[in-house]
Parts: sequence; C-alpha cells; structure tokens
Amino acid sequence: MLWKARVRVTLKNGILDPQGKVLEGSLDRLGYKEVREVRVGKYMEIALEAEDAPGARARVEEMCRRLLANPVIENFAVDIEPCDAMAAMAGTPGTSGAPCATGVAR
Amino acid sequence: MSGGSGMDMKSMKKMKVGVVIFPGSNCDHDCYHAAQVMGMEAEYIWHAARDVSGFDCIILPGGFSYGDYLRAGAVARFSPVMEAVTKFAERGGLVLGICNGFQILLEAGLLPGAMMRNRNLKFICKTIHLRVENAGTPFTGACTPGQVLAVPIAHGEGNYYIDPEGLRELNANKQVVFRYCDSHGAVTDEANPNGSCDNIAGIINREGNVLGMMPHPERCVERVLGGEDGRFVFASLLKHWSQGGGCDAGCALA
Repeated sequence: MLWKARVRVTLKNGILDPQGKVLEGSLDRLGYKEVREVRVGKYMEIALEAEDAPGARARVEEMCRRLLANPVIENFAVDIEPCDAMAAMAGTPGTSGAPCATGVAR
Repeated sequence: MSGGSGMDMKSMKKMKVGVVIFPGSNCDHDCYHAAQVMGMEAEYIWHAARDVSGFDCIILPGGFSYGDYLRAGAVARFSPVMEAVTKFAERGGLVLGICNGFQILLEAGLLPGAMMRNRNLKFICKTIHLRVENAGTPFTGACTPGQVLAVPIAHGEGNYYIDPEGLRELNANKQVVFRYCDSHGAVTDEANPNGSCDNIAGIINREGNVLGMMPHPERCVERVLGGEDGRFVFASLLKHWSQGGGCDAGCALA
C-alpha cells in the first residue's frame, strides 16, 4: 500500500547555522524580542509503496542515511502515515488520511 | 613515434589527466586548459563513464553538479563515474577535487567533514591567500612549506566543518594542506573568507592521494588571467609523476 513519509532534516546541535543566525537578527529587527534561537532545516514528503508502516520507515530511514541527510552535520526525523490515494487523485486534501503530493497518485 | 630516433620514449610521454564532467560542471574546460598549458595530456570523462583506468590523475572540477540540489555534491557522488573514481582512489590513483569537486569528495566519504553555507551567506568570488601547510604531498611537492599562494575562490558553500575529534586527527596526520591566510601568511579569522573550521581550505586523505580544495588553481596558471600561483599545484603533480607516478612511489603520508 501507499504510505506518506514526512522527513525533517535539521542541523545537529552545536553546528553553526548561518541562515538561522540571519533570521534571528531579522526577527529581532521586526520586534520579536522573545526569539532566542532559529535553526533552519529541510522538509520533504515522500510517497512510497511498502507492505506496512515499519517497512516504509525502514526504507525511508535508509534513504536519509544514504542521501537525504548528511550524517556529518545533520539529524533526521521520519513520520509515516497512510497515504489516502483517493484524496490525492481527487486533489482534495482534508479527507481521511494524508493526501499525497501531486503526481504520485495512481 | 617509431624507435631509433634517439628520443627517450619516456621523455615524450605526457602525464595524462582525466577531467570529469558532471551535469552542471562549469570549470571542466578551465581544468582541461590548465592541464594542457602545464604540458599534461587532458581528456574529458563523462559522468556516466564506469571506467577511469589509464589516467595518471583524475580531476573533479568546480561548478554546480546536478544544480547543487539538496546539498552541493550530494547527488553527483552517486553518478556512475564516482564508483570508478572511488576504485581508482583505493588503488592509489591521484584524485584532485576542486571546489564542487571537493564537495563531491566529502559527500562520497573519500575525505572527512562536510561543507556548510558560507558564514556570511554570500557567494564569494575573489582572490584570496593560501598557506601551504604540507608541502610533502603529490599536489604540493613543488611548493615550499609555508609558501603563500594567491588563488581565486568562487563558492557559496565553502564553510568547512569537521568535529573536534576529526580536526585533531587531520592536524595530527598533516592532512590539512592549505589554510586561508593573509598576504603575509598569517592565519587569522579576518583572512578566513567563509568561516571554515581552523581556516581549512584544502585537505588530503590519510593515504595521501586524494586532495580536496575550495580555491581554483586552474584559474590562475597564466599571467593574462591575473596570476600564476595555480601552477604550483599542477607542477607538483608533474614532479610527482615524473619521479615515478603512482602512489606506490611514496606519496603516503608518514
């Protein structure tokens, strides 16, 4: 069945994030004095076929280790949920399950 | 080329350099040209190639392979040619990664560490100074230790990162080959253009046959282009090659 993986790739703690620093400064200038830190990461959605959720997770985590994240500087987190193919085909998000990204419906 | 001319065949043979072209490489022609200017024989290698044997040195040129999507070099490292380049390196073949080529070597795990966005978030294109930290490599043997070279950089992601333990190892094994410095050779934070850890501009693997550097030596081998210090890198390769070539000839770091 079709699953949807949400992948978040973030810089490891302690690694300077130049983009985050710039946004911190910008938010401060906009008056958000309460901001203590900003870290910029990447978010990806992957639709994939797998027998079950653990199987889908195992595959996506392998993808993260091999390509999607650089283990030297980045951590990753993966969420797996059923992909509602019907909603994806109809292009109507908000129904049960998670609609897939355009182009993966079949 | 028939015998009996009295010419030593070896003296006519040229060092053969392969320049890999990835989709998005844009310094491939510069590398090819520089190698020829320096008296080497140069040949292009398409990224789909699965065999890189027969070369004395492989250059991974600068550019934006695969559009720098995801991370610079992250996609290129999985192109077919990189499997062949990895085998070539494992057999002791000389591999020089410049700029994007350095990023690809990092992503491929042929060199330790990773590249981050420049600390000022800007793409920096200017001539900087480098100090030769290890003149005992096949890539720097024509330099004197501590020599200062003026070489251009052109990158947005050249902020080298390695964890403290990895940095200790690099220093202990003399794997840091180039550091950013001022025109007098002083390694200072002001002379660090991109925020690189320990001012690192170029490193070599433990075995001493794979070098990655962010600056572009191929862009400064002729005076008409503003400088000739890049010649030292190519001259070093030629010196190493003429003294026996392969990595068996003692290029491993002591």
